[in-house]
Amino acid sequence: MSNTVITPPGRISMPRWRELWEAREVFYRFGQRDVVLRYRQTAVGVAWVLIQPLVSAGIFSMIFGNVAQLPSDGVPYFLFAYVGMLAWNLFSGVVSRASSSLVSNQALVAKVFFPRMLVPLSTSLSVLVDFVVAFGLYVVLVLVYGAAPGWQIALVIPMTVLILTLGLGIGLAASAIMVKYRDVAYVLPWLLQIGLYATPVAYSLSAVPPDLEWLFMLNPLTWVLESFRYSLLGTSAPPTWQVVASIAASILVFLGGVLVFQKNERTFADLI
Amino acid sequence: MGNAITVSNLSKTYRISHSGSRPTRATEAIVDRLRHPLRRDPFEVFDALSDINFEVPWGEAVGIVGRNGAGKSTLLKILTRITAPTTGRIELGGRIGSLLEVGTGFHPELTGRENIYLNGALLGMSRNEIRRSFDEIVEFSGVERFLDTPVKRYSSGMYVRLAFSVAAHLESEILAIDEVLAVGDAQFKRKSLAKMRDVATDGRTVLYVSHQMATVTTLCTSAMFLSGGRLVYFGTVDGALQRYRDSYEEFAQAQSVAERRPGTGELRATAVRVSENTFTSTEDKIIEIDVGTNPAMVGEYFIACQIHDVNGVLITKCDSRLVEAWFDPSTEQQIRLTVTGLWLRPGRYGVAVYVCKQGILDAWEGAATFEVLPELPYPETMNDEAVAGALVLSDFSYEGSDA
Repeated sequence: MSNTVITPPGRISMPRWRELWEAREVFYRFGQRDVVLRYRQTAVGVAWVLIQPLVSAGIFSMIFGNVAQLPSDGVPYFLFAYVGMLAWNLFSGVVSRASSSLVSNQALVAKVFFPRMLVPLSTSLSVLVDFVVAFGLYVVLVLVYGAAPGWQIALVIPMTVLILTLGLGIGLAASAIMVKYRDVAYVLPWLLQIGLYATPVAYSLSAVPPDLEWLFMLNPLTWVLESFRYSLLGTSAPPTWQVVASIAASILVFLGGVLVFQKNERTFADLI
Repeated sequence: MGNAITVSNLSKTYRISHSGSRPTRATEAIVDRLRHPLRRDPFEVFDALSDINFEVPWGEAVGIVGRNGAGKSTLLKILTRITAPTTGRIELGGRIGSLLEVGTGFHPELTGRENIYLNGALLGMSRNEIRRSFDEIVEFSGVERFLDTPVKRYSSGMYVRLAFSVAAHLESEILAIDEVLAVGDAQFKRKSLAKMRDVATDGRTVLYVSHQMATVTTLCTSAMFLSGGRLVYFGTVDGALQRYRDSYEEFAQAQSVAERRPGTGELRATAVRVSENTFTSTEDKIIEIDVGTNPAMVGEYFIACQIHDVNGVLITKCDSRLVEAWFDPSTEQQIRLTVTGLWLRPGRYGVAVYVCKQGILDAWEGAATFEVLPELPYPETMNDEAVAGALVLSDFSYEGSDA
């Protein structure tokens, strides 16, 4: 029989990992709920997940590829932009869904106890399902264009984990802050919008003037995106420091998010 | 094996800000901070619970009683870890499951089956536990035929029954229940009450918060009485109920200050009078309610008046909507309520008055009291045993004829 001790919240605490593990069913059920609702309620469920990146990639390839005539590292521009959107949607999807998850599950947070962290964490499941569907279309596109990458396609799995970790870190922190300050819900989409253009998603880093490159290099998302394209498109391999730095950044951001979340967790029911 | 629950020096304080309102936007908060970098927001500390100590042994069903705002629900929320204590320490000898609000974990778009799994998980059951008790849950709730229908298509009765059934099959060692046994029809209520009693006889521990003294008496083996955030009494059920009855005067006193009463306050009752301090059982009971004005209010309001017995059991409700009586807030109103055809037992009664429109504008519990004289309204005088246990009396007659 397990013993539980309840004490007032301290200043900084790590989550009780064992408790999270024991409540993994909540994680799974929440994720399942999100997926089921998403695909059951919308008439074009799966299609919607495909249309969105397709149209974005189409517009980007038209504007950046045809109008602005930017280079795309030897890859068809449409495919290049689609892969960028694939990574970006994974990141922004998890950030936006995780951040709003606590507020949209208000009733539960105020009335039932379960490890609250599972709410934002579980959003990654539905984002992942969307990613897998969109990835299926990527496979089709690669076959159509005959631009298959080499062995490095296997890196897509660690890359996905890396992007999810980074996104969840931000999402966790944002969801905790949103309990107190609702305007985070307005600021975040705007920041994501800016992030989309500040990160080489729709254009290649090689199109950036050399004297501005350092600015882009400060952005961890740039590092991740370069590696992601290397994996899926066989573009030139990123330097080792970028790989190491992007792993370190994801872990740090995630831990930071966990700490912010933990610090606020026990006041959620009183504030929400 | 130790105790099921050990609570020491538990208290919970809330800060009530007085600077108008706490900023709910990050931008506001930042601007505020820039304007007044050194100012601390003035706030008042409100003690929801202070210095609570108690121990509950295994196998006990503990009732928690107290007036509104005594801290019952806060205590339960802390024990179930929904909210954190400010000071103190709680040790729980096992998992604690809660039935705080039936159906909160339900999603209307999901089917009954999916909701059982989701809700079970939320309440802390593992997948195997849910699978094991799945059939039992379905059978208990009686919604077999609609398992694969989204619960939004359920009747409210089915919805509540299913939700309660999931929670009732929790296998946690400690179970906290907040006023949920009052759901469903009479038969289902009986079934749930029996289920709850089984839990306690299993050697598990039950905490039960209720306003319904009758269920506390039938279900609980001991009880605590909370008043103003303090644990005043912890012992037998009868002892706690006695304290509860004794606390009425004090509570009524506190409620007579309009600002302290719940409700939006858009409009408040200013006085509630009973025409006589004592009635006979069969007399018309006349209650006069004065309500203030609010010229800014649009539309008419209605009054809901309740009569409770000394144990807080609701005897009758007189909702003015039922007799098409609506009142105008632009002028002061003297409202006269006449209750006819209600035969009350001898004893003390309390009157609660609710001024409502959409939502409650003023909730005045303990607004007035009256006494029903101890003469029974029947031709024969008998000792009390003839009416013992009855909630109300009635006008009845017997006729015999040779068969």
